[in-house]
Amino acid sequence: MDQSEVLKGVAAATFSVKVMFFARLREALGCAGETVFLPTGRPTVEVLRDQLRSRGGPWDTELAPARAVRIAVNQDMATLQTVLKPGDEVAFFPPVTGG
Amino acid sequence: MPVRVQTEDFDVSAEIARLRAGEPKIGAVASFVGVVRDLNDGSNVSQMTLEHYPGMTEKALERIVTEAKQRWDIFDVLVVHRVGPLAPTDQIVLVAVTSAHRGEAFAACEFVMDYLKTQAPFWKKERTGAGSRWVEARDSDDAAAQRWRQ
Repeated sequence: MDQSEVLKGVAAATFSVKVMFFARLREALGCAGETVFLPTGRPTVEVLRDQLRSRGGPWDTELAPARAVRIAVNQDMATLQTVLKPGDEVAFFPPVTGG
Repeated sequence: MPVRVQTEDFDVSAEIARLRAGEPKIGAVASFVGVVRDLNDGSNVSQMTLEHYPGMTEKALERIVTEAKQRWDIFDVLVVHRVGPLAPTDQIVLVAVTSAHRGEAFAACEFVMDYLKTQAPFWKKERTGAGSRWVEARDSDDAAAQRWRQ
C-alpha cells in the first residue's frame, strides 16, 4: 500500500466533530473547545464522552456518569444515545442557572 | 426581535412601550424583572458573572417564546437577558407578555421564566468574600418548570 492509500484509510476511519465546554466544566478541563476525531460507524455522544474520559485526570472525573452534565448537539438538547455525524457541534455543560 | 442577549442594561419602561406601540387590542402587559441579590446561600455576593452559549441561547429562548404563544392567547413576548459581569441591584432579565386580558399574560410570563431557568444555557458565577463559585442549579427550579407539564 503506498502512502496515499494509507492516508485514504485514515480519513475513511474517522471524522471530526467540534466539541465545546461551558462554565464550571470549561474551567475544570481548562478547555473551551476543540476538534475531536471519532471512529466512523454511527458513534453516539457516549462514544465521544468515553473517548474524552480516557484522557484521565479531570476529563475522567468531570465527565463521569455520576456528575450532572448536560449535552447539546447542534445547539439542541441531546442525550448520550444521540448519534453523531461529521461536523456536528457537541457541547457539554453543567445544569443551567440563568434568569 | 422577541429575544435579546446583551451586556448592556435595559430600560423596562422603554422596552414595554416599544412592545405595545400602536396595538390598541392589547389590554394587559405582564412583566418580570430578575435582579442580582447581595446574598445567596448565606454568603455576601459582590459580583455575579453570567456566561452563555451564543447561538443556542437565542435558539432556546425563541423556542420557549414559540411554545408560550401556542399555549396561551397572547400577542407578543419579549425576553431580554444580560450576560457578563453584574453587581448587586443590577437587572439580569426582563420577560414581558402582552395579551387582551391579564390571566393569559400572567400565566405566559411565569411559564417563560420557569422554562428559561431550566432550558436556556446561561450560567452564573458569583464572587463572595470566600472566593468565586459557580451557582448550583436548584431542584425547586426544575419543579417549577415541571408543573407546566402536568
